[in-house]
Amino acid sequence: MKFQHCRLPSGLTLIAETNPTVHSVAAGFFVRAGSRDETPEISGVSHFLEHMAFKGDHRFSADDINRVFDEIGAKYNASTSEEVTMYYAAVLPEYLEQALELLSALMQPALRQEDFDMEKNVILEEISMYEDQPSFTCYDHIMATHFSGHPLGQSILGSQTSITELSAAQMRSYHSSRYHTGNLVLAVAGNCDFDQLRELVEKHCSGIPSGITQRAIPEFSPQHTVSLLHRESSVQQHLMQMGPAPRGSDPLRFAAELLSVVVGDDSGSRLFWELVDPGHVESCDLGFSEYDGDGAWMSYLSCAPEDASTNLERCARVFAEVNAHGVTAEELEQARNKVASRIVLRGERPMGRLSSLGSNWLYRQEYRSIADDMKIIRSITEDQIRELLQKYPLQMTTTAGVGPLSTL
Amino acid sequence: MECPQFIESYRLSNGLLVVFEPMPDVESAALSLLLPAGGVRDPAGRCGTAAILSEMFPRGADGLSSRSLCAALDNLGLQRSFQTGSAHITFSAATTADRLTDALPLIARMVLQPHLHDSDFEPARDLVAQGLLALEDEPRQQLGRLLRQYSYAAPWGNPSEGELADLELITPDDIRRHHQQYVVPQNAIVGIAGNLDPTQLQSTLESVFGSWQGSAPADMPAGTRPTSPFHQLHESAQTHLGLAWETVRYSDPRYYEAWAAVSLLSGGMSSRLFTEVREKRGLCYAISASLSTLRDDARVMAYAGTTTERAQETLDVTVQEILRLSEGITEEELQRCRARAKSSLIMQQESTSSRAGSLARDMYLLERFVSLQEIHDRIDALTFEGVRQFVIDHAPKSMVLVSIGPQAPDPGCLPQFQ
Repeated sequence: MKFQHCRLPSGLTLIAETNPTVHSVAAGFFVRAGSRDETPEISGVSHFLEHMAFKGDHRFSADDINRVFDEIGAKYNASTSEEVTMYYAAVLPEYLEQALELLSALMQPALRQEDFDMEKNVILEEISMYEDQPSFTCYDHIMATHFSGHPLGQSILGSQTSITELSAAQMRSYHSSRYHTGNLVLAVAGNCDFDQLRELVEKHCSGIPSGITQRAIPEFSPQHTVSLLHRESSVQQHLMQMGPAPRGSDPLRFAAELLSVVVGDDSGSRLFWELVDPGHVESCDLGFSEYDGDGAWMSYLSCAPEDASTNLERCARVFAEVNAHGVTAEELEQARNKVASRIVLRGERPMGRLSSLGSNWLYRQEYRSIADDMKIIRSITEDQIRELLQKYPLQMTTTAGVGPLSTL
Repeated sequence: MECPQFIESYRLSNGLLVVFEPMPDVESAALSLLLPAGGVRDPAGRCGTAAILSEMFPRGADGLSSRSLCAALDNLGLQRSFQTGSAHITFSAATTADRLTDALPLIARMVLQPHLHDSDFEPARDLVAQGLLALEDEPRQQLGRLLRQYSYAAPWGNPSEGELADLELITPDDIRRHHQQYVVPQNAIVGIAGNLDPTQLQSTLESVFGSWQGSAPADMPAGTRPTSPFHQLHESAQTHLGLAWETVRYSDPRYYEAWAAVSLLSGGMSSRLFTEVREKRGLCYAISASLSTLRDDARVMAYAGTTTERAQETLDVTVQEILRLSEGITEEELQRCRARAKSSLIMQQESTSSRAGSLARDMYLLERFVSLQEIHDRIDALTFEGVRQFVIDHAPKSMVLVSIGPQAPDPGCLPQFQ
């Protein structure tokens, strides 16, 4: 694998990790635009805009976009988070040019009124769909309460009201403030030649306007809150907890990743042996989320409502034990082995490499090879875990739930 | 397209069927082990026996405690899972190639000699029960389970994840009996793909699985299935709609035409259902149709989720699109299906897990392996006229309709009521 990058005359940054031994190539635009960049009046616009990108530009209609992507056999889609909107396509190497042409069209959509009106229905259906998934509702709720007053607390999908009231003009204005070369990166992973790639990108992606956008990164400390959404019809109680963890730029993030595996991986972790293996819960895990300027521990459990308080106490005991005594050398070695194997398996496919390639650049202007990641994971010591726990103990400030309980 | 593959299949001395594809360009290796002990083998009234057994495999084996076994497998970086299906309990695993070889003896001990202690039974049963309760909060997943139940004759339509009411009746002895009777080398299949040496692999497999004994039980006779339409009341935001109709099974000479027909309906974002129901009318976010194939039976299963006031229109339009599929098929439309399929085939060569799974599944459904080149050639050989004729010959004369939501839709649009 070989990494190369350049800035094109239009100001667009192109990064690529080429690998002649794989069969496909994946390309994706990573745009620094997500729900945290919205104001309350346009809540949900980043995600709605992601849908509208597929409605075509001045040359391609909505039908054209989907038809041509299917003609070249692309695996393509897009996703929106609090911080990033990502558009990607994985294709056979001979179709890279068409894929780049279409991806470029997605960056400059026409945002036609009639398409906007029709797609609004689809977005409202998507919001309803997620209402029927309690774990998702719980996630939305804990983000809103943990990051209350901070942009990261804003919902990705928006609400029925904000979407209904959103206008195409507001979306156009948001689009022109975010979709320019200073605010996005084009990442490519897989079987291609960099010089040819650069020519193709110059040919097809030079229309993206230049510009710079600053993102507000306010300082923040969460308040202790417990907030349960009462849902009589739910059978299970869903509970999440969050607490402060290293931010996206903090070198401690690698230790945090390993600690979350020791404590909260879906099998063989402390939470697994305490709660899942004995059958106390349906599932229970701990994850680590890194953001621009912030970070969070996030735990999740679902269980019978009558066992919810006891199970939360069990989690608290696991966290307290880890905070007091750290983790064992054996546990750390197991976690290293697990994570190393995941890195290798994920890295075998261009699509698996694309997301880490794009995110590392967008967040830190940094390239990390598989070997770099393996090396740092292997190098994390118990001392570093202790240092991490001193700065960011597993102390949950925020508890949120969805289910039959109204109090804990 | 060039898909050079050197797949081989053979039987070990005890009859266990192995299928292996060397993949020298990757670092990993993956395994898919099909054990003929799936939900169809659950005793009557004890639906969930196989599901509990799946939960009990990792809880210690051959003198290794649950924790020691888990630590040993984690140290080999082995990503792994047990899944309970109707025909099989499937154990899937992947890691770097050298470590998979080291993991094989542990995997064999776990599968052949699990402890199945009384003390581990209750926690495993509780986990299965919790999973079923969680399913009740997820109407879309619940719908999949119901659609299967109303589409296939028992026991093939039985929910392999278990029935809440039955779990209380299952005993540790049932689990041990299930293991003894059905976790046998006859009819079990090992699929492996990855960067491994074929000779060394065969000798490792022989040494770890060769002593496994047991004979295959008789095939399961098919019973009856409940009649639909069926609606389950639920206070959900959306009404979830499921449709199913008969098609040809995987071993049928016309299978690839059946595949193309479903691909026209739901094979990409330019396909009929996505375009007509979502893009043109904005009726839903999620809509899809796919082939479901057992060894001896097959269905097309379709799903749409939509808010209740639009559920009727969504159902009517979806059924109408399915019934008018034969109208106006174009060569371009078919060409898009071919392109998507070929691209997926080539990308499969980048994933050892996906190859191991496909190899094992093909050995079960067809009793032979299928190379990517063969699939490629069959897809190339599809003709516009052949696909159109298939759609006409197999136009659904009746459909199963299952729904979950605040209100039952009117099934008047279904072909059997026309």
